Amino acid sequence: MAESGANGSGAGIEAIGLVREFKKGPRAVDGIDLRVEPGEIYGFLGPNGAGKSTTVLMLTTLLPPTAGSARVGGHDVVGEGAQVRSAIGAALQEAALDPLLTGREHMRLQTALHGIGKGERERIGDELLARVGLSQAAERKVGGYSGGMKRRLDLALALAHRPRILFLDEPTTGLDIQSRTALWEEVERLAAEDGVTVFLTTQYLEEADALADRVGIIDHGKIVAEGTPAELKAEIGRPTVVAVPRDPDQREQTIAVLGRFGECAETDHKGGSVQLAGGETELAEVVRALDSAGIAIESLNLHAPSLDDVFLAKTGRSLEGAEEAEAEAEDAAAEGAPA
Amino acid sequence: MSRPAHGTETPGFGAIARAVAWRSIHNFFANPALLVPSLIFPLFFFASFAGGLSAVGNVPGFDFPSGYTAFQFVFVLLQSAAFGGVFTGFGIARDFETGFARRYLLAASNRNGIVAGYAIAALVRAVFTWAVLTAIALVAGMEIGGGGADLFGLYGLAVLVNLAATMWAAGVAMRVRSIQGGPLMQMPVFLILFVAPVYVPLDLLSGWIHAVASVNPVTALLEAGRGFISGEPTLILLAFAIAVALGLVFAWWSRGGLRRAEAAG
Amino acid sequence: MSSELRAQVGQLARRSVLRTLRQPAQFVPALIFPLFLLAVNSGGLKDVTNLPGFPTDSYVTFAVAVTFMQGALFSVMNSGTDLARDIETGFLNRLALTPLHGAALLTGLLAGSIVLGVIQGVVYLVVGVAGGVEVAAGVGGAVVLVLLSVAVTTAFGTIGMFAALRTGSGEAVQGLFPVFFVFLFLSSSSLPLDLLTTDWFHAVATVNPVSYLLEAFRSLLIEGWDAGELALGFGIAAALFALGMTAAASALRTRLVRT
Repeated sequence: MAESGANGSGAGIEAIGLVREFKKGPRAVDGIDLRVEPGEIYGFLGPNGAGKSTTVLMLTTLLPPTAGSARVGGHDVVGEGAQVRSAIGAALQEAALDPLLTGREHMRLQTALHGIGKGERERIGDELLARVGLSQAAERKVGGYSGGMKRRLDLALALAHRPRILFLDEPTTGLDIQSRTALWEEVERLAAEDGVTVFLTTQYLEEADALADRVGIIDHGKIVAEGTPAELKAEIGRPTVVAVPRDPDQREQTIAVLGRFGECAETDHKGGSVQLAGGETELAEVVRALDSAGIAIESLNLHAPSLDDVFLAKTGRSLEGAEEAEAEAEDAAAEGAPA
Repeated sequence: MSRPAHGTETPGFGAIARAVAWRSIHNFFANPALLVPSLIFPLFFFASFAGGLSAVGNVPGFDFPSGYTAFQFVFVLLQSAAFGGVFTGFGIARDFETGFARRYLLAASNRNGIVAGYAIAALVRAVFTWAVLTAIALVAGMEIGGGGADLFGLYGLAVLVNLAATMWAAGVAMRVRSIQGGPLMQMPVFLILFVAPVYVPLDLLSGWIHAVASVNPVTALLEAGRGFISGEPTLILLAFAIAVALGLVFAWWSRGGLRRAEAAG
Repeated sequence: MSSELRAQVGQLARRSVLRTLRQPAQFVPALIFPLFLLAVNSGGLKDVTNLPGFPTDSYVTFAVAVTFMQGALFSVMNSGTDLARDIETGFLNRLALTPLHGAALLTGLLAGSIVLGVIQGVVYLVVGVAGGVEVAAGVGGAVVLVLLSVAVTTAFGTIGMFAALRTGSGEAVQGLFPVFFVFLFLSSSSLPLDLLTTDWFHAVATVNPVSYLLEAFRSLLIEGWDAGELALGFGIAAALFALGMTAAASALRTRLVRT
């Protein structure tokens, strides 16, 4: 992929103070700074309504920012939109396919719209359809494709004009394990062998963990943490205890007891959590302290840091628990956005 | 009402019918997107047919005593009755498609009450439409030759047509359980209404349309309705027999639809 | 037109035509329903030809003009719902990420309307003639009839596209059908203008451009060649097309806010 003329800076992404406000809602994106190096797989992780898709729409020139700036592939997203679009491919949240066209007809249309010559179109179409495993289904109408097949076609279409940068907005949502794994493999191959820069949004922790070289965690429109998965987890570093009292009225008391062992946060599970400064060995002390305080415990969990813990530490909420609360907020905000 | 072991009472036929009817009626009057078209279209057809085609009243051989406006009023009344039933069917289909109908199925001990509720709502909506339509027609100068009993007969026919159409559409809706069934509900009703003496009486039709209209049950309903409004009742027994028969046949049809919907879960 | 624009229009036109032909459930009613109404109306209103001043003694010849207009209504729905579906599924976003010109999108989409217009024109004419329709302007007139059908269908297609771009909803576009149906009725669809005896109806029909489109069709069927009527009909179709395209282009600019 690097042979399409990209140099080091020509396949990167940079955003400075990116903001998007909608008329009817809060700021969907509230001052994002990020930098993605050429050839990197950058995972953009956050719950529903955090601002992931809105960020992608701005970086792919489909939504103008309210404030701030961004450069994609070396071009400004506002002033040089056409150049940005020629450098990027995007598979957005909806598969965006025409059920009445066949897979091959989609490829033909996509390549033709990018100005690729007739002879090349067929060759590229055949190659990409084979690469995503859709050669046999190429002559069937997309209306008969499974969800996994549609996503694979979507990816193939995004690669039709050999972009240097690929945006994938929640590409595996709703897919079965097999399809998801196949897509992951293709994304890894694109980055490793073709040098494509991949900007991937996801709400799946394991996806970000497995694929991303670096992860940015977004919440309420702001990036709350950024780094490699290992770095982020090491920041948390310590095991976390989550304690939920049987009696909800003892929640405050529970948090107070846990607070003796480190910085305590409230959880959505109606309890408290604390990172044990002294490591796992402190667990027994925690149990004794809770017992001495007369707190009967419903559940007590100890676990090693995950990206969810990183999110929890940075926001005080669990990534999964944050979804329901934010879904309505983003829907309301997105109503102000054009298609 | 039945009494299950835990002691609470489950709603019977009447309660279910009332609840279903209440929701449909409430949604109809609270939702301009439903209310306005159901008024506008009959009024519009009345204005177009009675207004735009008024010259047809001068065609040689057209001697309807109450004038062309009244002649067309009867068609529009029965047409609105029929389409009111069809639009209720759309609502039933939507309820099944969104899963709301499952609430009714779960709650009702006597599920026939669900269909009855929809039918009651359809009738209430139709009566509202007819009231507005009649008022407009009178303001427009429609002549009524018939008396109170005649008008009772006319509106009685309209009630029966509405019920029959609702049962037809409900049967389709409960079988298809999707708004995609809309054309299937609507087209047969549209076709059967229009291959009838819409613009002129039966004896002024000729050719294939005369042949078809002669055997079309809607023709008897129209002729009887026009007889009522002009004060010269005709084909009363036949018209009511047809209307009642259609109602019974489609009630049986809708019951089959309900069984299918129950089986599908 | 640059070669790039031509290529884009070509590709999108191809897609539009394919989509039209691959949805028989959408275009077959567009053929059958107007013909059914023609049969019913010409059977039911046959005797109005006896009214003094009625321009022909063949009501089916008079009424077939309405069939062409009803076909145009279906074009509004077809082009509108197809584009609305593209918006709802995000396909428009996919197109927006390519170097696509907005003009190419609109022009290409109309190809489907044009094909539909040709098919409808030919079918209505053939069935109509088989059913007793007379074409006073002869074979040449029949060709012009089909051209007029294409012009009107395409013009109405732009209105469907505008509705889709403005609302982004297939359901909203479908909701337009009764509105246009009403518009069609409040014209000289059933009787000539000078035989509309109800004052308000006559007034509305007189200002309704549909009446003049109908007169253009009828001039070829009943009178022969009437340059004035034809010019007015094609002129109205062109004006509708221009208005519709302008509105659609404006709505497209709002919807496709790419930078």
